[in-house]
Amino acid sequence: MTLQAQVRSGGNAEPEQRFTDGRISARWFPVFMLLPAILFILVVLLFPLLYSLYVSFTPYELLKPNSLKFELARALRNYQKLFADAIFWKSVGNTIVFLFLSINLSYVIALGLSQLLARVTRGQGLMRTLLMVPMMFAPILVGFQFRWFFNANVGLVNNLLYSLGLMQERGQIAWLVDEPLGMFSIIVASIWMNLPVLTIILLAGTLSLPVETFEAADVDGANSWQQFRFITFPLLAPFSYIALTILSLDISRAFDIVRIMTDGGPAHRTELIWTYVTRLAIENTKFGLGSAMSWVTVLLAVAFTLYFFRQLVRSRVVR
Amino acid sequence: MSFRAGQRRRNQRLLNALAWFVLVLIALPAFWIVLTAFRPNVEINSWPPVWVPQEITLDAFATMFGLNPEERMRVPVESYMRNSLLAAGISTVVAVSIGTMAGYAFARFRFRFHTAAFLGIMLSRAIPGVALSLPLFILFNQLRLVNNIFGLAAVYVAMNIPFSTWLMDGFFRQIPQDLSEAAYIDGCGYWSAFWRVELPLALPGFATAAIFAFLAAWNEFQIVSVLSRSAAARTFPPGLFDFTEQFTFDWRGMAAMSAIMMVPAIIFVILVQRNLVSGLTFGATKG
Repeated sequence: MTLQAQVRSGGNAEPEQRFTDGRISARWFPVFMLLPAILFILVVLLFPLLYSLYVSFTPYELLKPNSLKFELARALRNYQKLFADAIFWKSVGNTIVFLFLSINLSYVIALGLSQLLARVTRGQGLMRTLLMVPMMFAPILVGFQFRWFFNANVGLVNNLLYSLGLMQERGQIAWLVDEPLGMFSIIVASIWMNLPVLTIILLAGTLSLPVETFEAADVDGANSWQQFRFITFPLLAPFSYIALTILSLDISRAFDIVRIMTDGGPAHRTELIWTYVTRLAIENTKFGLGSAMSWVTVLLAVAFTLYFFRQLVRSRVVR
Repeated sequence: MSFRAGQRRRNQRLLNALAWFVLVLIALPAFWIVLTAFRPNVEINSWPPVWVPQEITLDAFATMFGLNPEERMRVPVESYMRNSLLAAGISTVVAVSIGTMAGYAFARFRFRFHTAAFLGIMLSRAIPGVALSLPLFILFNQLRLVNNIFGLAAVYVAMNIPFSTWLMDGFFRQIPQDLSEAAYIDGCGYWSAFWRVELPLALPGFATAAIFAFLAAWNEFQIVSVLSRSAAARTFPPGLFDFTEQFTFDWRGMAAMSAIMMVPAIIFVILVQRNLVSGLTFGATKG
């Protein structure tokens, strides 16, 4: 903590004693450095976001320009409509299932993979390059790739099942259509996309752990599982939370995948809150209702990020 | 003794083999996509499936660039390429410059609302593109910025500032404090200490941040699909939908365009590999 304070202070504990060019003081220099970033974010991100909050209180539809009018009595209309909408709740439920499974499975697989890679003796460099292959894919490409792989008639998965003799006729399994296979398919795609960053961070963390601790545990007779459970895993906590924070910043990338794989269909089976925003706002041009819906997605994203970030800060303090 | 050593060696070999298997499984889909771009359509759609390519052809690329007289389908790839390069290039330069300044302020100075400002900037990164695209469309419509590549680039700048700030904050903190101290004693002001002493040392970090920013903009789909209504203003990601119709998919065409879209990512991942890990994990142990 003291070290941290020193680093943070940047040695400007006594700015008066320092030579400066006399133009800008220690007090205003950080403000000057931060100003462009803050201005850009305020104008391009925050202002539109607040504007959409306003729009969400109006019955605005794109094709009726006069409907962009605020009336106190009808302000909460969109939210009432939304909360009474069965498809809205279905999309919320789907999103919870999707995020829960996708994040947990991604994390568990990445953790296992990082432990495996940390013990590999030969070819680690090439392995890391292979591991980064999914990073070369835009989320939209991940979606396209898995849409094709899970295609019933020409897809890789069904072709493979057929060639292995596990499937009799063409197009037997409709991966993207049947329930719950559609959800399964998009979760597989999202795990594939999440793996590299998670694994790389956890691997870096594992390799940075002090060797002496493990030697001591060896002497005390701890087996590999005990070493992992009681040493590696707890010590990895900050790295886990860094990885999960990065992941939580990008959870809406799932939109890109789903948009191209199933577009929320058929019959809203894979509808997520992000695809539902697009359906309400862009396809039905109900901007007021869509804005209300998009605020649901904003709150969810912020809650996720804040949660993991606080865990990250807490896990650092323990150290 | 020799028995245990032999068993350990066998275990290690098994472990290596398992690691190779998993990683090839992860990477294989990507190679399959690239391979598909070079295969004839008949082979791709055949039943029973043809696994070993019998023929390699550049047909898909010829069709995409309009060089194939037999097929009329034409996707404006040149315009997608130009728009993608413009939007990603401009936004990268501006966002990383701004993010570097902000990251330096966070790494080297203590001021009021330090943590709050940092958290605020990070949180702005969490706003989903879908939520942002809607109000931006309404506002850009009034400002006549819809279908404008510079309007799009401005949005990408704002979206890329947070992550650049975070990365640069980490990279600046890896530079020893003494250097700027020495610069101050030699009469440097804050700006020249930053510009002449610390920034050159943080250039690898700058490059890493630039690569991330470029790829984020290059891959972005949610915003551009709403803000660019005309084909002439689109970038690659929404352009991918040119290959889909209601019930038919041109898989090979999409694979070919995917291969083109991946080129910068492949170059960058190879370049950035080493800096990536240190950049991402620096904040983990040293708050």
